[in-house]
Amino acid sequence: MSLTTDRLEMGPVAGSASAHSGTALADPSAPLSGVPYAGLPDPGLPAPRPRIGLATRRSRRDRLAELAAQKTAAGAGWAIVVILAGVLVFLLVQGWPALAAGADDLPAHASDFWTLAGPLAFGSLWASALALSLAAPIAIAVALAITQYAPRRLRTALGGAIDLLAAVPSVVYGLWGLMTVAPLLARVYPWLTAHLGWLPFFAGQPSASGRTILTAAIILALMVVPIMAAVCREVFVRAPASSAEAAYALGATRWETIRLAVLPFARSGIISGAMLGLGRALGETMAVAMVLSPTPFLVTFHLVESSNPNTVAAFIAQTFPEAHGLETSALIALGLILFALTFAVNAAARRVAARAAGK
Amino acid sequence: MSELAITGFSASYGSFRAVADVGLTIAARAVTAFIGPSGCGKSTLLRSINRLHETVPGATVSGTVTLGGEDLYGRAVDPVEVRRRVGMVFQRPNPFPGLSIRDNVLAGVKLRRHRLAKAAADNLVEVSLRAANLWDEVKDRLGKSGTSLSGGQQQRLCIARAIAVEPAVLLMDEPCSALDPLSTLAIEDLMASLRQDYTVVIVTHNMQQAARISDATAFFSTDGPRQPGRLIEYGPTTTIFSRPAEQATADYIAGRFG
Ligand SMILES: Nc1ncnc2c1ncn2[C@@H]1O[C@H](COP(=O)(O)OP(=O)(O)OP(=O)(O)O)[C@@H](O)[C@H]1O
Ligand SMILES: [Mg+2]
Repeated sequence: MSLTTDRLEMGPVAGSASAHSGTALADPSAPLSGVPYAGLPDPGLPAPRPRIGLATRRSRRDRLAELAAQKTAAGAGWAIVVILAGVLVFLLVQGWPALAAGADDLPAHASDFWTLAGPLAFGSLWASALALSLAAPIAIAVALAITQYAPRRLRTALGGAIDLLAAVPSVVYGLWGLMTVAPLLARVYPWLTAHLGWLPFFAGQPSASGRTILTAAIILALMVVPIMAAVCREVFVRAPASSAEAAYALGATRWETIRLAVLPFARSGIISGAMLGLGRALGETMAVAMVLSPTPFLVTFHLVESSNPNTVAAFIAQTFPEAHGLETSALIALGLILFALTFAVNAAARRVAARAAGK
Repeated sequence: MSELAITGFSASYGSFRAVADVGLTIAARAVTAFIGPSGCGKSTLLRSINRLHETVPGATVSGTVTLGGEDLYGRAVDPVEVRRRVGMVFQRPNPFPGLSIRDNVLAGVKLRRHRLAKAAADNLVEVSLRAANLWDEVKDRLGKSGTSLSGGQQQRLCIARAIAVEPAVLLMDEPCSALDPLSTLAIEDLMASLRQDYTVVIVTHNMQQAARISDATAFFSTDGPRQPGRLIEYGPTTTIFSRPAEQATADYIAGRFG
């Protein structure tokens, strides 16, 4: 599914797709003008003589347009590949020295690079996974509410409102999270530790400021919901009406119809939407940097304590202004790791979505 | 008895009346064919019998439809219950996406009884697929997706799915129009056997098919485009096809219009 294709992965995909569409489209342009056998791939053969002059003119113009489209698409595809390679080379060259650096040269006085990178990678994955597991059910519910339950007249307006949420800048989410959500949650967390403390997630001393990884994940979830809901809305709308009728005709209720006819059809689309959201959560910098109060090198699954793991993106943003020399290299190498993480998540998602679609 | 009685029945889409003032009694354990030119409201009437018509936004009905004496449009009647007693097969095969052949057959049953013992389920799958003349073709791949079958097989799967819930009535809207002659034959054979247990109503544009498989035939027509469809003539199939009372019926059957 194209939806899982993250910006980072577009290069080879766009390149090969354009090459394909180029050859595939070049042929049908000729039969349109009524030339028999024009679909034969051998360009060395003289084209059979067309019957009508008018048709020849149009087909020649079509062919020019075809060529232009093909070249543009191929050019764009290659441009992305080149840019991608450039970014990779930059990250590798600039980041490499950090791998051998010691405690005196690394940010936060890490003893070596991996001591620094490991906990941060964990923090990124953990925060994103939390955000996604909060966001996914909400996004699916919102998309279902809009496409299946809301009155027809309201659907466009509601969809627009959700889309608008995606346009809110992350600084705004960060400010709001820091000033409103965190203090609010700070009052909820003691209750969570008191009543759900037997779950390892909620164990420990609750944070007084509320600036915990759970707060960050909730803010991230708010940012992921509109993206995922938009994708889900698209696929839910496209669920075939014939399947829904089949379900109704069997005596299914509204919800049973959704379960039988809409959700199975939408499965791969839902996964794609989730992965798109996950990509956003992994890369999100500002909101996390503002909301989270991190502790260096910490790896913990505790959600509401005042010491929290940091994320790669937020750490880079926080440390970069005062970094120099090998510290900068280390930050760039961290960027490379985030790059690899996002890439791996996307690749996995594509495989999952493809399997779900093929089933 | 699962006799269907339709009286003074009209159906509309918003302000457009598609079917007007239809009255007929459909015998139990028989095949009744609805024929008539395109747009005369056959599908609309058929979809009114299982209350599917009202799922279209703005659609309304008036008049009564009774099944075995019970008013299907009664105030206390849940349309979901009606649809469980009146099964339907559509023009285009529509197995559920992502469900296996087996799960497609069981889909309707699982709506009602959430816990179904495996042996009972296996048995029901086999009985339904046998009744739909599909068992031998799919018995080795029940776990495969329903959409992996050919069109004709998919349509028989949809029939198996409809009869697995043991409805009293089976409605079929041009069930063979998307199928090849061989699959059509398989489904016609099937209908001959279904008639022993079900009240079958079939819409068809194929006169030979109506003549071959139905016991009674209802001919519908309109006075023109955007005019409501009306029941022109209704009677035993042999009478309708050999000595129709109305000139319009004779013309339609002879292929002179529609
Ligand atoms: N969803 C709908 N909304 C509005 N009008 C509709 C709708 N469905 C059908 N109609 C109209 O109702 C009339 C009857 O349609 P219907 O589908 O019942 O005809 P039909 O006899 O089944 O035709 P065919 O033989 O082509 O299937 C037609 O004029 C059609 O345009
Ligand atoms: Mg019809």
